[in-house]
Amino acid sequence: MNKSEQNQNLVEVQDLEVWFPVQKSFVDRLFSRQRRYVHAVDGISFCIRRGEVFGLAGESGSGKTTTGRAIVRLEEPTNGKIWFDGEEMGNLSGEQLRIKRQRMQVIFQDPYASLNPRMKIGDAIGHSLEIFKAATREEKRVRVMKIMERVGLTPTAPIYEKFPHQLSGGQRQRAVMARALVLNPDLVVADEPIAMADVSVRALLLQLMLDLKKEFDLTYLFITHDLATAKYICDRIAIMYLGLINELGDIEQVYKKPLHPYTQALLEAVPAPDPDARREAPMPKGEIPSAIDPPSGCRFHPRCPIAKQECEEVEPELRELKPGHEVACHFAEQFL
Amino acid sequence: MRKEPLVSLRNLSVKYPTRAGVLQGVSDVNLDIYPGEILGLVGESGCGKSTLGRAIMRLIQSPGYISDGQIIFDGDDLMTFDREDMRRLRGQRISLIFQDPMTSLNPVQRVSDHIIEAITVHEGVVNKELLRERATLLVNQLGITTECLDNFPHQLSGGMRQRVMIGLALALKADLIIADEPTTSLDVIVEAQFLDLLKELQRVFGLTILLITHNIGVVAQIADRVAVMYAAKLAELADSTLLFKDPLHPYTQALLASVPNIRLVGDDLKIMSGSPPDLINAPLGCRFHPRCPQALERCVSDIPPFKEIRPGRFVACWLYDGNRD
Repeated sequence: MNKSEQNQNLVEVQDLEVWFPVQKSFVDRLFSRQRRYVHAVDGISFCIRRGEVFGLAGESGSGKTTTGRAIVRLEEPTNGKIWFDGEEMGNLSGEQLRIKRQRMQVIFQDPYASLNPRMKIGDAIGHSLEIFKAATREEKRVRVMKIMERVGLTPTAPIYEKFPHQLSGGQRQRAVMARALVLNPDLVVADEPIAMADVSVRALLLQLMLDLKKEFDLTYLFITHDLATAKYICDRIAIMYLGLINELGDIEQVYKKPLHPYTQALLEAVPAPDPDARREAPMPKGEIPSAIDPPSGCRFHPRCPIAKQECEEVEPELRELKPGHEVACHFAEQFL
Repeated sequence: MRKEPLVSLRNLSVKYPTRAGVLQGVSDVNLDIYPGEILGLVGESGCGKSTLGRAIMRLIQSPGYISDGQIIFDGDDLMTFDREDMRRLRGQRISLIFQDPMTSLNPVQRVSDHIIEAITVHEGVVNKELLRERATLLVNQLGITTECLDNFPHQLSGGMRQRVMIGLALALKADLIIADEPTTSLDVIVEAQFLDLLKELQRVFGLTILLITHNIGVVAQIADRVAVMYAAKLAELADSTLLFKDPLHPYTQALLASVPNIRLVGDDLKIMSGSPPDLINAPLGCRFHPRCPQALERCVSDIPPFKEIRPGRFVACWLYDGNRD
């Protein structure tokens, strides 16, 4: 990989695998059966460019959240490598990793669960400044107030003293954003950040995220199951199914002309708010199979309308069919 | 011509006394549900849509209570029913489906036991083999495999559990199904499968469904008519196509504009200003007036009536009063 490429990409993921061991049952032990694993993420590669919003979408159990957690090392990868700003994360010692984490922050879905109920909002936002000894007490207050103002948590002084339960849902989500931004990170991993919000608040939070991105020069990894929302914020998107990426490309390319039958079904399934655009196309049968014993070959083949013999036997590689648009399907050419 | 409504709500109000004051859960709602239709009830969280659904079954939890109004179900005023009458009605004529079916299914009973019990309640059949056969037939119609019959609820996926819930309603031959956010915990593909099933069952069995949801896309996909609720009151009611094409109430307009539409390219989301009001101290006049871009002077003081301004089109807004249409 040459220098310019390294500079362009803030995060690079190569052959990432995250497996979780399944607890052995008594019967398994009795027959000393092999330990089995949930293949949450099963070998994916992609990069996140500096300054973009990279979407990671898929149904529950597709591995999108695990991927996000592995990137900030909340999950130890089973295999594979992750580079952050040109540095391989696997080589870092605990202390080095801790320092590095200042530059990557996470926003979770549930702002109730991610704020300490007994900590004042201002202290919660400024907590990381203390942990990293990045500011003195007086500085902390000033910096927290400043960031609160930027995310629209105003009036700042009274809200600083409040506890999480005294805020509205939208305010709490803003507080979580403020906390993520107070250390001036490069990367924000946002895991379903607006899934809990009502439609009218959702648009507001999305706009806020985009404004903050511009102001703070951020790069987002936006993890979501909501493809309709992803359209408004993501620059590029990767669609995951059972621990693998099926399709990856610019958001417009993927949405306008999805090349993978799974992506097609997924986009088709999103209910459009328009009674004149009711879906006619049939849905693939069944549900996501277990990630303990994923299907052979292409993992989507048991549900795929165009599956052939080959799909059952050979696992399709992600290949670039159009500039910047990759797809893992043996027969995707017909959709070009 | 319209048939007689199956359910008519007249001036229905639900109140919850709290320490801070009386919270209005539902305020003066008039609504008809016709047999064989899917009526979508949409609104944001806290607008009272679930409370309305529960009020129809008189399942408002204490200290909340129905403070006013009538619930006419198939000619009878449910407010005059006693406990035992209500119990029978709930089991047999009205079915309720929740977001999380795990809370409604008995974790120690197999799927088959649930369905057989429902059939027995309705028909009193005792022949075990016949019952089993009926149950098998029923679940097959719902796309549930026969093996699933012998499973316990926790062994099924979310989509399958929701199908079982529908199966119970079918086994009881319920006249009305109240589905409260039935697809909210499902993934999009499973959700789409479930909506297809609902639509199909409505066609085949003529089911009447009150579909309560915050997901405007879901309503657009399958509802025949749509009611929009805001701050415990109905804002608008119309045929689905008309409501989406030509929303009348400023709240409906703002709501629809803020819904992401995956089929459009290059559009922007509109942001609605303000937030829903506190229902203990609801604004006087029209409850939407503090956020309404078109508010008139009288909106601040007078409550707009929920009126039929054109056949089948109801709206509670002063903009459409009298000759101003």
